[in-house]
Amino acid sequence: MSKIKSLLSGLLLSIVVVAGVAAWILLPWQALLAVAALLVAWMLATRSGRQAGSVTHVGISTLPQRLGASSVVVIGIAGVVGVLVALLAMAEGYRQTVAATGNEDTAIVLRGGSAAEVMSVMEREALLAVSQAPEIARDADNRPLASSEIVVAANLPLRGAADEDGSVQLRGVDPVAWEVRPGMRIVEGRTFESGRRELVVGQGARRQFAGLDPGNELRLGSDVWTVVGVFASGDALESEVWADAGIIATTYRRGSSRNSITARLTSPDAFSAFKATLQADPRLKVEADTTAEYFSRQSEGMTKVLRIIGIVVGSIMAVGAVFGALNTMFATVAARAREIATLRAIGFRGLPVVVAVMLETMLLAAIGGALGGLIAWLVFNGYTASTLAGGVGQLTFEFRVTPQLLWDGLKWALAIGFVGGLFPAVRAARLPVTDALRAA
Amino acid sequence: MKYMHLVWAALFRRKTRTFLTLASIMAAFLLFGLLDGIRTTFSQLGQNADGAQRLQTGSKLSFIETLPLSLRTRIVQVDNIEAVTWANWFGGAYQNPRNQIFSFAVADNYLDLYPEIEVSAEARDAFARTRTGALVGQALANRFDWKVGDRVPLQSTIFPNADGTLNWEFEIVGIFRARDGEESGFTDGLFLLRYDYFAESTPYVDGDVGWYVSRVRDVRQADAAAKAIDALSANSPNETKTMTEQAAFASQLKQMADIGLIVGSIMGAVFFTLLLLTGNTMAQAVRERTSELAVLKTIGFSSTSVLLMVLAESVLLVVLGGVLGLGLAAIAGPALGQGSGGVLNLPPVGLESWLLGLGLMVAIGLLVGALPALRGMRLNIVDALAGR
Repeated sequence: MSKIKSLLSGLLLSIVVVAGVAAWILLPWQALLAVAALLVAWMLATRSGRQAGSVTHVGISTLPQRLGASSVVVIGIAGVVGVLVALLAMAEGYRQTVAATGNEDTAIVLRGGSAAEVMSVMEREALLAVSQAPEIARDADNRPLASSEIVVAANLPLRGAADEDGSVQLRGVDPVAWEVRPGMRIVEGRTFESGRRELVVGQGARRQFAGLDPGNELRLGSDVWTVVGVFASGDALESEVWADAGIIATTYRRGSSRNSITARLTSPDAFSAFKATLQADPRLKVEADTTAEYFSRQSEGMTKVLRIIGIVVGSIMAVGAVFGALNTMFATVAARAREIATLRAIGFRGLPVVVAVMLETMLLAAIGGALGGLIAWLVFNGYTASTLAGGVGQLTFEFRVTPQLLWDGLKWALAIGFVGGLFPAVRAARLPVTDALRAA
Repeated sequence: MKYMHLVWAALFRRKTRTFLTLASIMAAFLLFGLLDGIRTTFSQLGQNADGAQRLQTGSKLSFIETLPLSLRTRIVQVDNIEAVTWANWFGGAYQNPRNQIFSFAVADNYLDLYPEIEVSAEARDAFARTRTGALVGQALANRFDWKVGDRVPLQSTIFPNADGTLNWEFEIVGIFRARDGEESGFTDGLFLLRYDYFAESTPYVDGDVGWYVSRVRDVRQADAAAKAIDALSANSPNETKTMTEQAAFASQLKQMADIGLIVGSIMGAVFFTLLLLTGNTMAQAVRERTSELAVLKTIGFSSTSVLLMVLAESVLLVVLGGVLGLGLAAIAGPALGQGSGGVLNLPPVGLESWLLGLGLMVAIGLLVGALPALRGMRLNIVDALAGR
């Protein structure tokens, strides 16, 4: 009989754990706040609630005596949350950098079927036809704000590594490119002059590669180029090096063909009309996207991979930490067995004891989660990393520890605390009073 | 060793605690197995003996630039060069332009320089006979369920066909696999098509090639050969950069991401956490057994043997959990790869990972056991028995 009973209660506990964690993940914070408010109300209003409150008070006030064991839970959970938040911050930083590159009122036109700029080829006739579309904004002199651009990969020596080359995205642009992308600004030196072998470098590219300081000369192929300025844009373009499209075309033997056109539209709403115009033109076999859409698609795959790695690693670590927390809390309960039994002997019921032990573990977990998030934020927020992106050049980006990520980390911590505390709590409440009183 | 049963009994004195600790350690080493698998695959790419023998010559300007085919006859004449082959990117994608596969157009003698690609003689014959033929890696074939004889449409993301569209069709004439599973992740995912067919069909290539691969006779003189190859086209519009395949792989991977740093910092956090959890468990176990240890000492066990027994217990605990965890990683890694349909390629846990893992287990075991063991050794019998 007792076997069936314990089997049933084990089953029930597992259901509670699964339901609790699922609710924790699914419910929005408003609902969770309501649950927390209910708990507080219960603790204040009812007799057993007040009992739970006082047992929790005793538990928490004796925590310093169990500092060693409790800090194991805290640091264990901090480790999990720290790693998780750091990995997700990498994914987030990458996504934000790439996604910030585009917006809704500029469009990028590529040859049909091209997955990325570097794979697209557009001939002169197509370039002209596209730039004459009526939806493209025009400047004061009535010239269309459309920049035909060449993207090539150039090998440059990496900073800090002797004799090692990296690949940088070298973009040849029309002079109008600066007006097409108003977010770009020169922070040092000046912009290149058309028709000369001059380069302006993004801040990210400058950090990554050696010799990209204004005034320096460097060789690309058999030609010597001069770096004349540095630009900042706060997005993926910062990892690029820019020069005059005509000169790049000569160096890389591209003739009059270009890779893509980036154009500023008269308004964000004009995009569908722009797309329709291009489709209606029988000379053109091109695809247009808003730059926002294009860049978010470029980052999609990589962000997904980074997020999956973060969550898989985090989950495995979380499982490890749950067992660690269980261990510690079982030991804590065992150490306080006599105390808890005494409470029950003088009339405290099981539920307040369960709630008290749970609250204690959740408190430790919350401290651990906050600590882990704080460490991840201190160490990794703004940490610069780079990866090969868009198939051609290195993209530098910063880890971003956002409030959302910190909140996610805290949620994980509390979930670990919930699972790690529940079983020991139930055990504490179930232990026969007489046995526990006799225990050492 | 003769006290093994004692150590064993002590280990399972509190079954719940031991199993929970084992589970923590398992989780840590499962992670270690998976991550170290990734690390070693990356570090071994191109590291085999065949890779060291091969030089890769590409454009110095950038890796997307092509080189003239005429360079081939001049490279062959360079001292110490045994054979030369060449290849070009094809940039193929299946079904969806974003579904890209590693596809190269290769010269007819390409496979001669890559003995690690195991392909049957019939398949090679068929490849030489069929203009539109293609050889595909085992993993790639599994991913899309391709069989020999299938005609597969590919879309090149870069090169148009003779008819001006980006659509190509190939007949699969053979499936190859990587020898001994080496670099299986990369090699088994390759799609090889014929360079002559490719170059004649597409208007863009003009008989240019993406890169040359040459085999050197004497590996020790490889650097000199590389310099000699680069000298051939110095100051021409097609300057080249030649590296051993090993160096080329290493520099490319470094640009992908600093794998070592990421894996290293995760492992650091994992083991720090693990050390703490296990160390705490061992400390508890010894504290609980204070009186038992005192009894042992009373009946004549020396302090050293008490020390060794506690150490043995903690090492045993970590090794047990670690071996289980690594074993799980060995099963879970390939299973995950299968489950993801070849997108994620997790290698099985290699010998190197096992050795490194075992070393770590013993080291961690000794480290976490040290304090409790010292405590046990210094135990004063009278105080311990009195419960002070």
